[in-house]
This record gives sequence, C-alpha cells and structure tokens, in this order.
Amino acid sequence: MKLTVSTAPHVHSHNSTRRIMLDVIIALLPAAGVGIYLFGYMAGLHVLIGMGAAVLVEYLWQKLTKQAVRVNDFSAALTGLLLALNMPVDAPLWVTAMGSVVAIILVKQLFGGIGGNFLNPALAARALLVASWPAHMTAFTAPTYFAATDAVSSATPLVTQYGYMELFMGRIPGTIGEVCKLAIIVGFLYLLIRGVITWHIPVLLLGTLAFCTWLFGGTDGAFTGDPLYAVLSGGAMFGAVFMATDYTTSPMTIKGEVIYAIGCGLLIALIREFGSYTEGVTYAILIMNIVTPLLDKYIGPNLYGEVKKRA
Amino acid sequence: MPKRSMSSVFLNGIVTENPTFRLVLGLCPTLAVTTSAINGVGMGLAATVVLIGSNVVISLLRNIIPNKVRIPAFIVVICTFVTLIQMLMQAFVYELYESLGLFIPLIVVNCIILARAEAFACKNGVLASALDGIGMGVGFTIALTLIAAIRELIGNGTVFGLNLLGDAYEPMLIMILPAGGFITLGLLLGIINKLTEVTAGKKEA
Amino acid sequence: MDTLTRFLLLFVSCVLTNNFIFSRFLGCCPFLGVSNKVETAMGMGLAVTFVMGLASLFTWAVGKLLVALDIQYLNTISFILIIAALVQFVEMFIKKSSPTLYKSLGIYLPLITTNCAVLGVTIINFDAYVVGMGAMGVVYSVLNGVFSALGFMLAIVLMAGIRERLEASNIPKCLKGFPISLVTAGLMSLAFMGFSGLFANLG
Repeated sequence: MKLTVSTAPHVHSHNSTRRIMLDVIIALLPAAGVGIYLFGYMAGLHVLIGMGAAVLVEYLWQKLTKQAVRVNDFSAALTGLLLALNMPVDAPLWVTAMGSVVAIILVKQLFGGIGGNFLNPALAARALLVASWPAHMTAFTAPTYFAATDAVSSATPLVTQYGYMELFMGRIPGTIGEVCKLAIIVGFLYLLIRGVITWHIPVLLLGTLAFCTWLFGGTDGAFTGDPLYAVLSGGAMFGAVFMATDYTTSPMTIKGEVIYAIGCGLLIALIREFGSYTEGVTYAILIMNIVTPLLDKYIGPNLYGEVKKRA
Repeated sequence: MPKRSMSSVFLNGIVTENPTFRLVLGLCPTLAVTTSAINGVGMGLAATVVLIGSNVVISLLRNIIPNKVRIPAFIVVICTFVTLIQMLMQAFVYELYESLGLFIPLIVVNCIILARAEAFACKNGVLASALDGIGMGVGFTIALTLIAAIRELIGNGTVFGLNLLGDAYEPMLIMILPAGGFITLGLLLGIINKLTEVTAGKKEA
Repeated sequence: MDTLTRFLLLFVSCVLTNNFIFSRFLGCCPFLGVSNKVETAMGMGLAVTFVMGLASLFTWAVGKLLVALDIQYLNTISFILIIAALVQFVEMFIKKSSPTLYKSLGIYLPLITTNCAVLGVTIINFDAYVVGMGAMGVVYSVLNGVFSALGFMLAIVLMAGIRERLEASNIPKCLKGFPISLVTAGLMSLAFMGFSGLFANLG
C-alpha cells in the first residue's frame, strides 16, 4: 500500500492540508448520514450548527487578529463536524455551538492555530462540555428509528446489555456519530485507501482495549470480559478511527504511535472498568495527546532530514 | 534606592507591580481559593494582614537581623503572623476558615510576602514598609476578588452568593473546577498584556 | 482492605486522581516557573521528591512530639523551619558527596523551601497520619510525601514536553509565557479529570 507522508506539527502545504481535511470529512459522511437517519433531523441541526459555528469563529478570529484567513482549509469544518458527531442528540443546540467556540478558540487558535494545538480540539471541547453541563452531555436517547413512541432517555450500551448486531448497526443509544460501527468501518477503509491514515493507531488501540477488557473487564475474575462488546460499544471505534489519528496530536514515528495507541486502549479499559465515568475514550485520547510531545522527543530515531516511513 | 513618594509606594502594589497580574506571584492560593468571591476576599485580606505585620516587624528589625540568617528570620516572623491569623479566623470566621483550609497556613510560603520582605521591608522605614504591605495586600485582594467573581458568576451564576444571571442561566461548571481556575487566570493575564500593549502603543504614537 | 491495596490506592490518588498540581493547586509556582525544558523539569521533580520524602519523615517525628506536648498550633512554624534546615542540609550533603548530582539538582534546592507543595504535604500528613494514626502513620506519611511528589513530577515533566513543542508555535504575543502556560495547565487538568474516581470501587 502506498501511503502519503505528512505530519504535523511540521507545516505542510495549504493544499495538502485541505485535501486531507476534506478526505476525513468525506470519511465521516457515512457515520453522519446514519446518525441523522437514526436520530432524526435534530442530529442534522447539530451537525450544521457545530460546523457553522466552528467555521464562523475561526474566520472571525483570523480577521480580528489580522492573520491570513485560511478557513477554507476545512480544518475548522472538520473540528465542528467531529464535535457534533460526539454530541448526544438531545443536548441543546447552544451546547454544540459553545463546544465549537471552545474547540476553535481555546484549544486551537490560542496555541497558534492549525498544527499548534497539543490536544484534539473536538475532544477537549467535549471534555469541557461534559464537565460544564453534565446533565446535557450524558442524557442519551434511543434512536427514533426503532422507538415506536416518543424517544426516551436510556442507558448507553456501557450500562445496559445489547446484542452484537444492534451494536454493529447502531440501533443503540449514544452520540450521533458513534453508534453505527458499520458506517465507521466504511469511513476507516476510505481513509486507508486514500492513504490519509495507517492502520496502526486504530487497530492497536482497539486490540489493546479488547485484550484489557478480556483480562480485567469480567465479573468472574481474570479473562472473563467480553472483548468484542468492549470494541463495539460506546465511542471506542469512532475515537480510534477519527480522534486518535489526528496528525497534530498523535506521535510522529511509528514506534511512538504504537505506544500511544496501546496507552489509549489501556486507559479506556481502565477508566471504563475502574473510573467514575462510564466512557473513557475522550479522556484516554486527551491524556495520550499530552504524552505525545514526550514520545516524539524520546522515541526515535527521528533525525533531521530522515524521511519518515509509514506502513 | 531612590526616594519615592508615599502614595507611589502605596499604588505600586495595586497597579504597577500588582503581585498577581504583573509579577505573577503567589499562584497557588490565587488558583485554589477563587471558586467564590467571598473566598477570594477572605484570602486576600488574610494575606494583607500578614503582609502588613511582617513588613512592619521586619522593617523594625532590619538593622538587627544578621544578613546571613535573614531568610529564616523572615520566615519565622511571617509564620508568627500566619499562626495568629489562623487562630483568629478559626475563632471568628469559622466557615471561611474551613473553606480556605490548607491555604491559610500556606500563606507562610506565599512568595509575595517573602518577596516584599526581601525586596522592600528590609531596606525601608516602618511607615513606607507598612504602606507597601497595604498596597501589595490590596492589589492581591483586588486580583483575587476579580478572578473569583468571574469564576463564580460564570460557574455558578452568582457573585457573593447573589443570583445575578437569573434562574434560566445554566452555569458553566468547569469555571469553578480546577481546570477553570487555570484557564480563567491565563486568559485574564493575556487580556491585561494585550491592554498594556495597546496603551503603550498609543503613548508612543 | 489489605495494606498493599491501600498503598496502591494512595499511589493512584496522589499521582493521578488528586494530583497536587491539577486538582489541589500545590506547587504551582515551580510548576510554571521551571517547566520550559524537560531535563530541568525532571531535575526539579527529583529534587522535590527527595525533599518531600525526607520532610514527611522528619515532620512526622516532630509532629508526634508536638502532639505529646499539646502544642499543635506550632506545627506550621516548626515544619517550615524543618524544611528550610533540611533543604540546606541536603544541599551541603549533595555538594560534598556527589558533585554531578549537585550540578543537576543544586540550583533547584533553594527554591524548594518556598514550594508550597512541601509544606502542604507535611500539614496534610499532620492532620491525617500524625494526629489520626499510630506507628503506621510514619509509613503513610513518607509514602504520601513521595507519591505526591511523583504526581508533581509527572505534571511538570508532561508540561515541559508540551512547552518545548509550543516554542515552535505561532502563539499570540500577549499570551506568551505565563498566560499560555496557565491555559495549557487548565486543559491538562481537564484531561486528568478522566482519572476521577479511578479504583475508588476497590476501596
């Protein structure tokens, strides 16, 4: 497989950034489409508001600070889309808009804009929203698609048991983009074929999560957990494919990526099993984002002028 | 050191060398206790009392303390006042004492106080040192109250417990959590830098 | 709960859940002041760990004495003097015994006296393990000191890694230095919220 080489924080050309961002947005379309189909038009509004707010504040910030306006590189639109797909459909729309503002201004632009942020903007914004308005961010509704009556709040698959097929097709409560695993896998394959990402981070992350859950996630002692369930439930797969692979905030070398992905998987399993949050994907990836600069510094060899090999 | 007017000594701590916004000293209490305006004022005033007391005593003793052991001597003086204020607060404002908790004894290691002892009180007269203490203390208190009021308003919808934003407002809880403390202070410092930049630019033009 | 589990819980609590920097705001001045380079941050972290462990040991003994004499209100003043003396002593000792170590730690040692994390941990220990516990208290005191310092070290080293990276970023001029470091710390603290309640169900 031939793969393109481009890593942040080293600046690459505007056009290649634009192409990559567009590819990721395209890869997210199946997940977004299924989300809107399952949760109804409100999900579509979240997506519009999330993307619109992100693009608007990035444009305004770049105007205000007298920078060249590069909002057409699609990075803000992508951040807004990722955030919206990480929202429960019943959250008020202003929460999504607020999240986009936080992601673009606080997490990205204050740190110098694209390539400067050390945290994934959409995830950091989501963590901030969860901490700020926990009630709005954790009320999950079953998709109207299969609910005969009005939608009711219900527990996520991390709390109640669902069948594998329901988990895979997305007929479960959860955030807009994370529920349908089939759509996420389609997006993943597109990104692989386009050479935007390599398999390392998603596969190793989910593999580690599966192993750790098998090891200590069961109720009858070691090696009794359900690894497949762990991978299919919650935001694990969405996070592994679309969040953990962000160029700016993941390591630059393959060795670094391996450690990073294993760290993410382990932390997700630990937080799910032993922490006070039911889902740990957001925090696990953010924590490994924080470790990334050290991984880049110490996990070499990463000499100047050396061409980075991927795959 | 050049003679300065008493009013400039007093204003120095509030504006020119505001311990929080200009010198960025004493960050731990600044971040930790500013979850509500009342805590901010309480911490600020407690530190002010210690600051005035230690400045006056150190200024009085400035010719007696041998240079070599001056830092431990300063710490003993500061610590005496801290222990006193701790006991007074425990006796008279127990609720505030409880909510400030660990950060009352930690006034001892608040760098502002030691810094003023070292930089001002041990070189200046009693009156000037007292004024310096008041100025720095008031500057610290204003800063803490401002930060705390912002955090309480956004994070809880209130200031000094008064509901200002109405019942429809949904508080942004992060502001009264540790993360919100760091972010608020960071943004405030950034805004102040920006304002200074702008006004300095205007003066030059 | 057996002792080993208790130690594990204490470790997780000190390093991750109730990190001195990210959730208790102890030691913020050195955290922001000495975190521009990873190597210096490690030096500072090591020096703090060393002093906090020793300080916890000594202040436990003195704390017991204060309780026995019923002069507990003197805890702050006696602890800060112990810390100041300890720092002086450690500095002299390292200077004589290991010039290499002195070179790497020496410059940080004087700063540690006014690091509120050190005085903070001794006062926390006093309330929890001196007044409230028997002879086992000394073990918990020292472990609490060392683990809390390791939490500080983790925070400052991660921070230094990020700050080294930020040097290449195009940060707005008015935010350079303290402001952006504080925002960074805030975002790190946000991420560390993910550890909240970790292993609490074992206790």
